[in-house]
Parts: sequence; structure tokens; C-alpha cells
Amino acid sequence: MRVGILVTHIRAEEKLLIAAFQARGVEPDILLDRDVNLDLIAGASQPAPSGVAWGEYSVVLERCVSTSRGMYLQAILNSWGIPTINSYATASVCADKLLTTLALSRAGVPQPAARVAFEDESAVTAIEQIGYPAVLKPVTGSWGRLLARVNDRDSAEAIIEHRQILGNYQHHVFYVQPYVNKPGRDIRAFVVGDETICAIYRTSPHWITNTARGGKASNCPVTPELDALCRRAAAAVGGGVLALDLFEDPEHGLILNEINHTMEFRNSSAPTGVDIAARVVDYALRQAEVVV
Amino acid sequence: MSESTCPECGGSVSIPANAMQNELLPCPDCGTELEIVRLNPPLLERAPEVEEDWGE
Repeated sequence: MRVGILVTHIRAEEKLLIAAFQARGVEPDILLDRDVNLDLIAGASQPAPSGVAWGEYSVVLERCVSTSRGMYLQAILNSWGIPTINSYATASVCADKLLTTLALSRAGVPQPAARVAFEDESAVTAIEQIGYPAVLKPVTGSWGRLLARVNDRDSAEAIIEHRQILGNYQHHVFYVQPYVNKPGRDIRAFVVGDETICAIYRTSPHWITNTARGGKASNCPVTPELDALCRRAAAAVGGGVLALDLFEDPEHGLILNEINHTMEFRNSSAPTGVDIAARVVDYALRQAEVVV
Repeated sequence: MSESTCPECGGSVSIPANAMQNELLPCPDCGTELEIVRLNPPLLERAPEVEEDWGE
């Protein structure tokens, strides 16, 4: 069995994953996305950056910090019949908040209201239909980048004008949700395959609770309600190894905010007592055995 | 453990014994995020700047 890990560089998570593979007697090939140079027509017989033919890999764990590189590589490898974790199908939904909303909606998963508009005037209307305070989010992006809480019409018009000036066309897709008055924390739950393996509270005085932005992690018990909701949401986007962000809405209870497909977890194993890297690796090896 | 030099501030950076090639680590003096581009002998470069599509 040959296993590859696609990376942009080695972070704490990748180091933990490599160690977990080694603990199971598997030495994964580290494949740097910067070294990739592929003939898109030639197929899986061409060499990976390791020198081994891509087709030799039983499974490739995608851990690129660059979403675009990771997703294109997932698309290419899956098209050649090489399984990746996660699949391109899952990643392409999770990487886009609008597509995630649609997938969750089809599955009946509770989530914040959401609207989309594409022009200044219709975007202001969409925000006012949602009501103030609203949250304007880029449809793609991570770590809370360019999230804007919109408190009134003046700020709505200003933020929309600024977004229109940004070069990337995706900033001209105005995806808006209501601001959820969460209790100073949100929940990040980790789903591996068909199991919610653990969850953390992310607590912060700031409304953006991401641990990359200073949110503090503590254990969140996986209740039957949380587990059922997370497994349903994970299945709705195609399943795999996923980190789900949930709000405790004062009116509606647990609601699903977003789903991450290349999750960071360095701050989550200690408070939960769950060896997340080991669970991910066990899942990857099970997937590899399926196709060997 | 070996030593290398921060390309940003010239400070000394200890390379842990279990370090890996392409691993990130911060300079203890100036805080710049560095990448270990070679292990033997160790060579550090500034890590790539965060790009708009970076994340989870």
C-alpha cells in the first residue's frame, strides 16, 4: 500500500498525521504542491513529485493550505481513479459557502437564513431583507477573512462599495446571513467517516471565534443531538474528514454555520482527549484498503 | 538540535531534532515565519506570504 500526503508545507497538523501513519507502519510520501507539474491528458502513469507514478497511490490525503491547489489536485486524481481524502465532490461543496448552504438545505439541516445578490442595489436589499445586524461573507475563503458584520445601511453601502473594488470577481457575489447572537462561543465538531469523534467550544470576546483569530478551545461534549446533526450535515456535503462549525442560536437551537474540508486541529486534541490525527489516518487506511 | 540563521533578522534559530523539511517555524527573535527548506545543513527561508485562498 502506498499513501501520499499533498501539502503546501508542513504545519503542526501534517506533522501529527505523518507521525500517526508511521505509528501504523506506513511511511507516507510527502508531495509538495509547489513541485506539481502535470500533463492533464496523460493520466496516472506519469510520476508524482516523489518519482512514483500517481497510479501507485492507494490513497492521497489532501492537506494543501491552498484551497485552489488542493481542489484541482483532488479533481485530477479522482478523475484518474485515485481516491483522495477528501474527495473533490466533497471539497468543491465545502469550499463554497453558497453551495454548502444549498446542500444543507436539500438535506433539511438547520442553518442560518442566507440570501445572495450580485449588484450594489440588490445586495443592499438582500441585507435589509435579512435584517440588521447581518453578516456579509465571501463565498470562498477561510480564517474569518473579510467577514463583515453589517449594523446599518451606511455600513452596508460602504462594505459593498469596497467589495466591488476588490479584484476577485468572487467578492462581487454578495452572500448574506443574519448575525447570530451566539453566547460568546461557537462549536467546532470533527466528523470522520460516519462518526462525530469530538467537538470543541471556541470561545472569544470577538464575534469571530476562529482559533486562528485567538478563539480559545475547550471540550464540548458530543451529545446525541450534536452527533446526529453533524453526521447528517457531513453526509449532505458528501462525507469524509470534516470540521463543522455550529452556532447555539438562542431561538433555533443548534444550527450549522459552515463545513471545512481541510481542517486544522492542532488545538483540539488536547482539550478533547481524542487523537484526531490517529482517527484521520485510520480512516485513510481503511479507504486505501477498500481500493487495494 | 542544530542551529541556523534567520534570513530576516540574522538571529540564531534552533532547529529541533525532529524537524522536517518544509516545516514551518517562527524566528524566536523577530517572529518571522520561516520554512526549513533544507535540513542538512539547515537552511531557512521566509515562509510564503498567506494568499487569499489559504485556509481550511
